[in-house]
Amino acid sequence: MTGPTVSSPLLSVNSLKVYFPIRKSLFGRSKEWVKAVDDISFTIKEGQTVGLVGESGSGKTTIGRTIVRLQDPTSGSILYEGKPIHNLSQKQFRPYRKKIQMIFQDPHNSLNPRLTIESILREPLDIHFPGMEKKQKKEKIVELLEKVGLSAEHLYRYPHEFSGGQRQRIGIARALAVGPKLIICDEPVSALDVSVQAQIINLLMDLQQEFNLSYLFISHDLAVVEYLSDYVLVLNKGRIVEEGTPEEIYKHPKDAYTKKLIASIPSI
Amino acid sequence: MLLQVEDLHVHFLTQSGEIPALRGVSFSIEKAESVAIVGESGSGKSVTALSLTKLLESPPAIYKKGKILYEGVDLLSLSQKELRKYRGGEIAYVFQEPSTSLNPVYSIGFQLLEAIELHQPHLKDKKSVGLEVLQKVGIVDCQMVWKSYPHELSGGMQQRVMIAMALLCKPKLLVADEPTTALDVTIQAQILELFAKIQKDLAMSVLLITHNFGIVKGFSDRVVVMFRGQVVEEGPTEKVIYSPTHPYTKALIDCVPRLGEKGKRLRAIDYSLIESSLNL
Amino acid sequence: MNEKRSYIKELLRNPFGGSACLILLLLYLIAILAPFLAPYEPSDQDLKKTYHPPTKIYWHSARFVVARYKNVDPSSATYKVIEGEFCPLKWFVHGYAYRLLGIFPSDIHLFGVEKPDRVYLLGSDNTGRDVFSRLVYGSQVSLSIGLIGVSITMILGLLIGGLSGYYGGWFDNVVMRLTEFLMAVPALYLLLALRGIFGVKFSSAQVYFLIVIILSFIGWSGFARVIRGLVLSLRSQTFVDAAIVLGQSSIKILLKHLLPNLASYLLVSAALSIPGYILGEAALSFLGLGIQEPSASWGLMLAQAQDMKVFMLNFWWLLTPGIAILITVVAFNMLGDVLRDLVDPKFRIYQTKRG
Repeated sequence: MTGPTVSSPLLSVNSLKVYFPIRKSLFGRSKEWVKAVDDISFTIKEGQTVGLVGESGSGKTTIGRTIVRLQDPTSGSILYEGKPIHNLSQKQFRPYRKKIQMIFQDPHNSLNPRLTIESILREPLDIHFPGMEKKQKKEKIVELLEKVGLSAEHLYRYPHEFSGGQRQRIGIARALAVGPKLIICDEPVSALDVSVQAQIINLLMDLQQEFNLSYLFISHDLAVVEYLSDYVLVLNKGRIVEEGTPEEIYKHPKDAYTKKLIASIPSI
Repeated sequence: MLLQVEDLHVHFLTQSGEIPALRGVSFSIEKAESVAIVGESGSGKSVTALSLTKLLESPPAIYKKGKILYEGVDLLSLSQKELRKYRGGEIAYVFQEPSTSLNPVYSIGFQLLEAIELHQPHLKDKKSVGLEVLQKVGIVDCQMVWKSYPHELSGGMQQRVMIAMALLCKPKLLVADEPTTALDVTIQAQILELFAKIQKDLAMSVLLITHNFGIVKGFSDRVVVMFRGQVVEEGPTEKVIYSPTHPYTKALIDCVPRLGEKGKRLRAIDYSLIESSLNL
Repeated sequence: MNEKRSYIKELLRNPFGGSACLILLLLYLIAILAPFLAPYEPSDQDLKKTYHPPTKIYWHSARFVVARYKNVDPSSATYKVIEGEFCPLKWFVHGYAYRLLGIFPSDIHLFGVEKPDRVYLLGSDNTGRDVFSRLVYGSQVSLSIGLIGVSITMILGLLIGGLSGYYGGWFDNVVMRLTEFLMAVPALYLLLALRGIFGVKFSSAQVYFLIVIILSFIGWSGFARVIRGLVLSLRSQTFVDAAIVLGQSSIKILLKHLLPNLASYLLVSAALSIPGYILGEAALSFLGLGIQEPSASWGLMLAQAQDMKVFMLNFWWLLTPGIAILITVVAFNMLGDVLRDLVDPKFRIYQTKRG
């Protein structure tokens, strides 16, 4: 990263590689690999948003999933407040789940259809605040709902009773429940109408202000990324092809791929 | 005038009674014109597209009232059997998810041949017709694509194949229902370019359904803006975008993210304001 | 249009679903109340009245009376009604003692006649036992074996298939090869072979449990495979990822996030596989490897009806257990079909409106 570093990074990713085996030989040894993420490094400071732009197959989602340990890295390191978290067991990683949360792309799939909103939001509290009293939990759940623009009347409804935008709000409330410092936003607005997209982006900006959150904002839409990001990484085929502040990138794109991305943005 | 929709009312039967999806939709499409219907989910834009050849299953859909005049014939009054002549042959469709529209177990070539067999059974050299149409949608390596299976192609390629299939019978009207929503931005730009080129080359009419005003500009001649089952504004694209008359249109245009506006809040739609101006 | 759907209401409103539920409810009531409904114990013989036809019951001087019969030709079991002779049919009579549901002691029976007269609603068999009583008692075996068998199969299938799908790896490999082996062997031969391993010297209760265990052992493999597939596909749903990211434990993810999403499938598949157990028991008993005399089961009763005399002399009443099996199997299949239509996701897509 360029520029002076004022505060030490909240998260730093160093030469991260994630390879997937495609064909296995007779003895189970993999012969060929897909290099989904190939030597990626970046840092996220407290209160900062880093945007990750790329198209399908660029490895952007894999990076997010590797940070929250839904995927094991092949090599490289991930440090949270200076401590390595990429080689921890799932059990050792558990305390970090309180610090790092995730918002998912598909609002239709990311909420369990059989659970009410109340039990969806109670789950993170049950896991990380086992000592909290029932009444306190309920108050906290209502507070979370209100924070994301919903209300107590929605508590006992099921996910299918909500629109895509509302479901995404519930997903955001679930991530906020544990009081995280960093949220991985994996294409949170790609599946939504542009009008709803605007609401969700505004909500994310408000929440960032209020809770001093850091975001890793993953999207295929440079225009959206640009709105919230302090720093942007352009990804193509698992590698960073260009990085810089949003202004630098859209005003003076250097890489051919970045130029193509900018030219493709539908504009009014 | 190729197609004229007049005061179309479509309702849906649900457990909680009949729900109106379209409440008097009227618009028209000229020959070789491209029109876009813009609206949010729930606005009835897809219902409108599917109603054109009565593709909605009925029930639960009920065609309550109105006319759909295609070259003077009211399609709404035709039987499903009579409508088959129009589907594909006159009015062809391209949908959002190309991966689900193609059958995963047959090769692209086989599926194209099948479609040709269905509409032009007397054709001699069916394969060359199929290859030709693949070329028309900008697929360079036709022979390769002909032999491949859907999963071997990227989303953009699959959508090209779907467009090729739609073009097979030389329809006069191509209805594209959110054809680029599932695609990456660069691919989206290519597909839209392709639509524009085909439309010009074949002098075909195109009806584009979308939620994004961004992709309408520079593509369609005219725009129809829909909100809660009604048309709130209609007009030439440039005019609607630069001087929208309805507050909803303005709001819908405003919420499109633009480059170079970092840190600003996006302008979200204030529905209460719009509802009060609509008198629903 | 987005209200939570009440499956029970819809199920009962459906003509097939409603009647299937009604029939099954009746059948299970009969099984539970068997000792009360049956006038005789299933083993109660009367060697003077073998192959007795169903007794005629008619209305005479303000009460029901049962006709008396005379054995005209003992060699061919031909009975004739003795004109003018009858005995009164009594309601709520005292008879042999029993315990309802194994708890409440009683000796009251719904109906009966004074000894030595006998009432045979559905005739008697080769030792003069009441077919109706045996049918009613037999329903206990046939109906319960389906429920218990399916429960055991489901638990086995859920446990093995669920773990297999969730964890994958070597466990998955071993389990799947095992299920393939089990599915490759034809079910009936496997059934017979397994039964053959154990001897025949068992008490009725032991045989009953043996049958349940054997049937479950055969049934779990297919079930586990389906569960594994469902868990695999559910496992890739984002809400499972979300739970992992929240730090939820694997076992809780299985119980809280995966199992409830399998519930509708489990229900349908249970309803559709119960007939298999009923038929399996009937087949074993029919072949003499199942429930043993003097206990009653529908399969066993059919086996006894498999006698030249029955066909030559038209003792049709001995075939009633077959009708009972048919009704039960059809009712369960109907229930399963209707349930499947209700929970089929396609049905729900049909209901959602497009934008």
